Amino acid sequence: MSAGDEISGEARPKLPRGVRLRADEARGGHVLLAPERVVRADPVAVAILERCDGARTLNQLVEELCVAYKGDRARIEADVRALLADLAAKRMLDL
Amino acid sequence: MNETIPIRPALESPLGLLAELTHVCPLGCPYCSNPVELVARAHELDTAQWLRIFSDAAKLGVLQVHLSGGEPAARRDLAEIVAHCAGLSLYTNLITSGIGLTEAGVARLSAAGLDHVQLSIQDCEEESADRIAGYKGAFARKMQVARWVAASGIPLTINAVIHRANVKNAVGMVRLAIALGARRVEVAHTQYYGWGLKNRAQLMPSREDADAAWAAVEALRAEVVGKIVIDHVAPDYHARTPKPCMGGWGRRTLNVSPTGKVLPCHAAETVPGLEFWNAQDHSLAEIWTSSPAFNAYRGTDWMSEPCRSCERREVDFGGCRCQALALLGDVRATDPACHLSPHHAMMAAIARRDSVVVGEGAYTYRRMEKREA
Repeated sequence: MSAGDEISGEARPKLPRGVRLRADEARGGHVLLAPERVVRADPVAVAILERCDGARTLNQLVEELCVAYKGDRARIEADVRALLADLAAKRMLDL
Repeated sequence: MNETIPIRPALESPLGLLAELTHVCPLGCPYCSNPVELVARAHELDTAQWLRIFSDAAKLGVLQVHLSGGEPAARRDLAEIVAHCAGLSLYTNLITSGIGLTEAGVARLSAAGLDHVQLSIQDCEEESADRIAGYKGAFARKMQVARWVAASGIPLTINAVIHRANVKNAVGMVRLAIALGARRVEVAHTQYYGWGLKNRAQLMPSREDADAAWAAVEALRAEVVGKIVIDHVAPDYHARTPKPCMGGWGRRTLNVSPTGKVLPCHAAETVPGLEFWNAQDHSLAEIWTSSPAFNAYRGTDWMSEPCRSCERREVDFGGCRCQALALLGDVRATDPACHLSPHHAMMAAIARRDSVVVGEGAYTYRRMEKREA
């Protein structure tokens, strides 16, 4: 079992209030801002987090990324689940 | 081929700005991080001056602003300041004692776009908490404020500073934070600067109690994962390696005092001979790159041994300058919290001496000096 396997495919991940993804004009790239935290978000994380709007399900999100990035589904799903599980444990994402 | 090669890597912009909007605070916590010389309300920057500083900070690349004090709710323009920062996409964090906030006030801050509230508690037992704060009724008010914040939807962090009077309740304070709906709790063993240093003999817990509190809170982590995040700040006097104070001097954050003085950390004014610039006279970018105070202990060039050749020199940056000064009288010395400092044993000796309860142990509460009118 790997990280995030326990999350339901029907979960609708959402960045809670107090956690924001934004462009970092001064340093380039994107950052995730949370209480007392600034986390650099790489392009993969940005593509995932932009879709964590509380409306899409995890399954839909993975499907969209597969179409957009023409990648291997199992690999993409594993990346998504790992990121969501990590952020949820830090209370930076609601599932 | 005629590109100039920079001697040192380009200086990154600061990530955070801590604004001490005011030094006015109804509480008298004996470990307050404010300087011993407090600024009277009459000398505080006005609204327009603060708004200009926040605009300047956003331009410099600051991402998060920490609205602090004193008690920031003592400023009538707090919601206006929050709205201005939100308009600049700055992440706003309110660091408050809760005293002075009302239900309507919390709603106004929420509507203004406040991102996060950090509320202090002094203990999980009312009588003890009010005694530590030097303010009767503080605990009950804080419980009320926590409920208003939770109801507003703004995420809440509870901050608990640990010392002799509450060291046995560290776990209780984490549990209280969970009950209040906090997503995050800071359990911070007291840092002894300014007021904390003045009260060290009244605040220092025994080594055994500090260690037990540390272990008990660490043991809670697994149980509370996904419920609350614990940020744990170690007791300095019992440490082996020093903390990377402010993430390194002039490296990640800046502090603005109620009068607009820009400091590398809240205690920096204790360092004699440093020249601080005021945000009224210079842009934050100028201050960040060129002010003497920010460049004094930036990087590693200022270090002597054992820091200079240490493999951790860019991990902890030699620890805290203000602590080296306060305890050794030498601002360039290795922080004695480090086991490589020749004076490391002194810290444990002070901790041992100060943890012994002598007499009544009355606090010197943090109070603003009343000046003759």
